[in-house]
Amino acid sequence: MIALLRRDLALAFRSGGGFGLSLAFFLIVVTLVPFGVGPETGTLAVIAPGILWVGALLACLLSLDRIFQLDYEDGSLDLLATAPLPLEGIVAVKGVAHWLVTGLPLTLAAPVLGLLLSLPGPAYGWLMVSLLAGTPALSFLGTFGAALTVGLKRGGLLLSLLVLPLYIPTLIFGAETVRRAAEGLSPATPALLLTGVSAAVLALIPYAAAAAVRINLK
Amino acid sequence: MSIWEYANPVRFIQTTDRILPWVTGATVVALIVGLFWGFFLTPDDYRQGSTVKIIYLHVPSALMAINAWLMMLVTSIIWIVRRHHVSALAAKAAAPVGVTMTLIALLTGAIWGQPMWGTWWAWDPRLTSFLILFIFYLGYMALWSAIENPDTAADLTSVLCIVGSVFAVLSRYAVNFWNQGLHQGATLSLDKEENIADVFYYPLLFCIAGFVLLFVALVLLRTRTEIRARRISALLAREARA
Repeated sequence: MIALLRRDLALAFRSGGGFGLSLAFFLIVVTLVPFGVGPETGTLAVIAPGILWVGALLACLLSLDRIFQLDYEDGSLDLLATAPLPLEGIVAVKGVAHWLVTGLPLTLAAPVLGLLLSLPGPAYGWLMVSLLAGTPALSFLGTFGAALTVGLKRGGLLLSLLVLPLYIPTLIFGAETVRRAAEGLSPATPALLLTGVSAAVLALIPYAAAAAVRINLK
Repeated sequence: MSIWEYANPVRFIQTTDRILPWVTGATVVALIVGLFWGFFLTPDDYRQGSTVKIIYLHVPSALMAINAWLMMLVTSIIWIVRRHHVSALAAKAAAPVGVTMTLIALLTGAIWGQPMWGTWWAWDPRLTSFLILFIFYLGYMALWSAIENPDTAADLTSVLCIVGSVFAVLSRYAVNFWNQGLHQGATLSLDKEENIADVFYYPLLFCIAGFVLLFVALVLLRTRTEIRARRISALLAREARA
């Protein structure tokens, strides 16, 4: 599992794709919003939690189709499927690798972008916490979507249509956590719910994703 | 009689040949009685005026929008577990009907909401959940049409339907958490002593029966079409090989 994780990470870093790209995408989304709604800091501060979460979510979405696609095309997914490691474990490793390459950098970059949107002071810590708790779920749900569409020639758009509705609970609880923190309320309840959803996704989605990969490899 | 007999498409077609005219007839009768009674023979509500009558389309279609997804879930599980081919096709056949029901519920709700709430749309939990349900239907149908191999498509859409159901329910409660509602409580429920007033209640029951029958009739019809389309593609494939 460790070997596979290192392989996936090495591929992600050296191909130069995912890592910087999703961060840059996150930046551009956050930069575009003030152009759309105007530069008043008051307005921006109100919508900042939602923008940051939606931006992170879209940035996560960008690199999903690469989770299985390259391995599927060159046949290494078949090799992985016949390896002694159960397919559920392989899927989980893929999810973790995707999170390390996109979710974690997004979490670390989010406070800086929060500054751009004049996010209120107490919310920064909770922004990091909520992204840290929520983005793994986004990556794992992404492996499920990627597994469903891996056999398709142009699955990218379909992948978004399938995965985005699954992101709704995570988004609601994540953005609500930051919003409550920004307004000075206690964010504990949505943060706990977010963590709960995330933990359930991490535990269960690999089974669904592995089932989808098996069907596609048949 | 068991559902396994109807895993044989020929048996399914034979049986539905006999059932379908009756279901269709009953649908027409129930809808005509229910809608006519509802639209012309019930009094106006003292607060909502005649707009209340949209309930005869709104409530049954909303009910069927959810039940159609539920039926797809059950048929998907039957397909995944026991490779019941007609079951998979029935799930495929139900999706467009379900999405139409969802759309009718959303549209009639908007038409009613405009004069009553003063807005076409509000981000109320129930409305939002229905919009999410609508998107789930779209994704499900898109996945069906994207995959060429019919068995792979049936497998993958079934997995999506099962996972999607979990998340649809989860979204329903997450949305509740996110915003408080404008929508009134349930109009009908089995565990309440008193539902809406009897004058509105009986025609509504006819309308609901009509929508249920309509759904059954459409799904049977569409499943038969799917079976025949499958047979045609099999024949074409055989011809191409010969």
